[in-house]
Amino acid sequence: MAVMNVNPTRMELTTLKKKLVTARRGHKLLKDKRDELMRQFLLLVKENKALRKTVEEKMKRANAFMALASGEMSDSEINVALMLSGQKVGVELKKKNVMSVSVPEYTFNRRLGEDDGGFSYGFAFTSGDLDEAIRIYTSLSEDLLRLAEVEKTCQLLAREIEGTRRRVNALEHVLITDYEDTIKYISVKLEENDRSNITRLMKVKDMMLEKAHNYN
Amino acid sequence: MHKVAAIGDRESVSGFRAIGMEAFSPCGREECQSLLKKLCTGDYAIIYITEEFAQHCRDIIKKYEDVISPAIILIPGVKNNTGEGMRQLSLSVERAVGSQLPE
Repeated sequence: MAVMNVNPTRMELTTLKKKLVTARRGHKLLKDKRDELMRQFLLLVKENKALRKTVEEKMKRANAFMALASGEMSDSEINVALMLSGQKVGVELKKKNVMSVSVPEYTFNRRLGEDDGGFSYGFAFTSGDLDEAIRIYTSLSEDLLRLAEVEKTCQLLAREIEGTRRRVNALEHVLITDYEDTIKYISVKLEENDRSNITRLMKVKDMMLEKAHNYN
Repeated sequence: MHKVAAIGDRESVSGFRAIGMEAFSPCGREECQSLLKKLCTGDYAIIYITEEFAQHCRDIIKKYEDVISPAIILIPGVKNNTGEGMRQLSLSVERAVGSQLPE
């Protein structure tokens, strides 16, 4: 039992009761917020895991083709082939509001090379494996972007959930119990005061009667 | 309009260059850190970094975890893959839920 350091007075009691009501309402609201955040977070985590798996798998394949290509061509040849990419990528960053957490939303702004499917080089002097690797990378770009969006959102939501959970717990286990204990302490103390007052009055009455009438 | 960058060894990121992102291959720990710092303060919305290179700059990645931009995303490289990306994901789950989720 943790009683706060207050004077056991009636005024203190009313303020504490008001504070308790506010704390309870805040606790309920925060709990709702936490639950909704958690629901959205769990959905996103699921998507994030699936996306990461596919992206990592595809990248592994693309990297394998890249390794093959670098076996067939020299480094400088690959560099020259990829030096001037026909594609240009940029993202538009918009902020979305999820339960008062702002999370990013990306939209791709891609300019493909003209008619060549994104290949920046002629096919004559390059290895077919390089083409394959780049084809995979091109098909991967949407997934990569979505992965970035989802993963960032997960991180931001995780932070918010952590904070909210802490606040909910603090209210539930510390503040509200403290208020309840203190309110109980004050009301017991006030009752006790009342009782001692009454006995004192009874005693005084007895003494006065005795004095007036020699009454036992 | 923001830019997208990729950091990793040359073989891993040349594919990113091919699809129009900016690829950087720093050599050495310090260069990697200073490069990431520079990119984070620059006009980049997303920075992909291979797990191998991410090991050099854990602190910086952690610092930018809680801000909306840039998003630093771990990707597997050609070599030295540690599964760090998946592990980071489970870490953020643990942070939110308080325990691990069953698969």
